[in-house]
Amino acid sequence: MSVDLQLRFDREAITQYSKANQEPAWFLESRLAAFEACAKLELPKLEKTKIDNWNYEQFLPFVTQDKITNADALDEVVKAEIDVTAVKNLLVQKNATVIYHQAAEGNAQGVIFTDLATALREHGDLVQKYWMKAVAADEHKLASLHAALVNGGVFIYVPKNTEVELPLQAVYQIAGDDALLCPHILIVAEANSKVTYVDTYVSSEGKSMVANSIVEVFVGAGASVQLASVRSFSTEVHDYTFRRAIVDRDGKIEWILGEMNDGNTVANNTSVLKGTGSSVDTKTVSVGIGSQRQNLTSQVTHIGTHTESQMTSKAVMTDEATTILNGITKIEKGAEKANGEQGERILMLSEKARGDANPILLIDEDDVKAGHAASVGRISEESVYYLMSRGISRKEAERLIVLGFLDSIVSEIPIEEVKNRLRQALERKLA
Amino acid sequence: MSAIPHLQIKNLRARIEEKEIIKGLNLEIKGGEVHAIMGPNGTGKSTLASTLMGHPKYEVTEGSVTLNGEDVLEMAVDERARAGLFLAMQYPSEISGVTNSDFLRSAINARREEGNEISLMKFIREMDKKMSTLEMDESFAHRYLNEGFSGGEKKRNEILQMMMIEPSICILDEIDSGLDIDALKVVAKGVNEMRAAERGFLIITHYQRLLNYITPDFVHVMMQGRIVKSGGPELAARLEAEGYDWIKEELGIVDETVNANA
Ligand SMILES: Nc1ncnc2c1ncn2[C@@H]1O[C@H](COP(=O)(O)OP(=O)(O)OP(=O)(O)O)[C@@H](O)[C@H]1O
Ligand SMILES: [Mg+2]
Repeated sequence: MSVDLQLRFDREAITQYSKANQEPAWFLESRLAAFEACAKLELPKLEKTKIDNWNYEQFLPFVTQDKITNADALDEVVKAEIDVTAVKNLLVQKNATVIYHQAAEGNAQGVIFTDLATALREHGDLVQKYWMKAVAADEHKLASLHAALVNGGVFIYVPKNTEVELPLQAVYQIAGDDALLCPHILIVAEANSKVTYVDTYVSSEGKSMVANSIVEVFVGAGASVQLASVRSFSTEVHDYTFRRAIVDRDGKIEWILGEMNDGNTVANNTSVLKGTGSSVDTKTVSVGIGSQRQNLTSQVTHIGTHTESQMTSKAVMTDEATTILNGITKIEKGAEKANGEQGERILMLSEKARGDANPILLIDEDDVKAGHAASVGRISEESVYYLMSRGISRKEAERLIVLGFLDSIVSEIPIEEVKNRLRQALERKLA
Repeated sequence: MSAIPHLQIKNLRARIEEKEIIKGLNLEIKGGEVHAIMGPNGTGKSTLASTLMGHPKYEVTEGSVTLNGEDVLEMAVDERARAGLFLAMQYPSEISGVTNSDFLRSAINARREEGNEISLMKFIREMDKKMSTLEMDESFAHRYLNEGFSGGEKKRNEILQMMMIEPSICILDEIDSGLDIDALKVVAKGVNEMRAAERGFLIITHYQRLLNYITPDFVHVMMQGRIVKSGGPELAARLEAEGYDWIKEELGIVDETVNANA
């Protein structure tokens, strides 16, 4: 059990923030209901990771910021990640305020790309239809805390038969002692639509910060959603993320995840393949450094027939870091002809680091294909010798081998910008 | 680096774990010379090559190796390479995720000052040229280093590296094994193009065949972890025709492998 520290927020604070943002009544009610529930709810059960002693509720939930209109005025940490002047669709959240938002003029008719507060005011009914429907607010304490304290995020709506050409992008920044970043990313892609969403998480100066994010994606029949995310928080941020997609008939979702935090991280990424012929591809790359602890779960639930999933995760472990890499393929009864493949590979660079690759197959249907591969290995001295024998220093040789280990995922990333951002994050963490 | 290189190996003894494999070997290689080492299986030829390059598994217990007067044995593997040594390996490693061209560029830049890296254009031009000499398909530039290469492709790739890096002492360990006759000619062409006064070669082979294309100046026979006989190209021809028994008889050697008590 956690130490009984006084929470630094109450119904009053939640109500004030909600009022200040002119949220609809139903939303404030759902916040308060979640707040009531969270005291009684347990933390999520995680494979081989205890988070009781991590910080998940000691923070100031509503640190608001001034909005800005000129992208040049964004903080350097943000500008280092993204060419803010070149990007056409961009939303930037800092702590409890979406401080900057620009939508390209050329976005197709009917497409909504806006911050959550605006969406609640202008498209309240639409948001309500999907709000916390993929991840339930009472699943566990972290989900309820999120539902009570959500302090930003984005709402994306793509009407049927519509394609959003340019990627929609967001940067989430946390800054200052005890801050909370609690964005909710809600993406609704109607039938036969197509959209790409890319986001990045960064932190500035500050101690004992918390990020609690939920991503809900609803992929309509025949729709295709690509979601890329690179997280680069400092050691001072404890980061919890629950991402979930519900995929309809022949829909497709592709996740590209760079788990590049320096601090403690829990990330669960789940795709529910509900519709016949729906599919998912998940790629995860991570580097463990310092003494950080990470629990990264990639999960697929096959419900529809002829559903296909592919999950690939690779992690490099240095220093005294610990990473638990879980892959869960669940095939439910009736999901005939489902095909689920997963692989987790960990490269250990340090004796003191710990890396666990846990492939889990839960299969209740006979007529399916499912496969897994997991490995934990070290850099081969023979390979280092080979590279060094061509004049390359040991350090550079190891760097090449490590980047090479991750390259089968990184080079497959279809969005050039994300690929570069991830490479940049890798260079930083492996320096 | 236009100076004439000079590699001097004196009374070299090396072992792996507790087993001595190189047992007092002497050899001198100067720029412009091509030396061939022949010898039955298990007589220490590859061990000699690996020891010179500095493979971590081999421990030198006695003797000296100098390149242009500098102590090679004191150098780390990468320093040896930058000093001019190159080893085309009998079994090159496969390295996933590192493309051939990225790897070669790192190898070349490792020899240059920071800020003075080879330009991408120039690098590509050089690599294209050398790959075409070796009749290698362009796709090999972008494939992962040796991954899934056939035996012959790996050998060609070793020669490609040698041609790009332009070392001063080139050691080729069974570069001909697994090559078909056309590939053998191509590889020999690559090597012959590199023959120059500022470069010496040590070619380990089992077959006269290779030496028909690359004419050696000296041929050495290795047994029991040292050089037991040296001569000119005619020695290789005789070995091809008669095998090694006559040498063993001449020298009173019963067991030619490194397992024999020296
Ligand atoms: N790692 C090792 N552990 C034990 N013995 C070894 C090891 N490496 C080499 N040896 C032994 O050293 C001896 C010499 O091996 P080496 O590979 O140098 O022979 P070679 O002359 O190159 O043979 P080949 O013509 O078959 O390539 C062999 O008996 C071999 O088994
Ligand atoms: Mg050999």
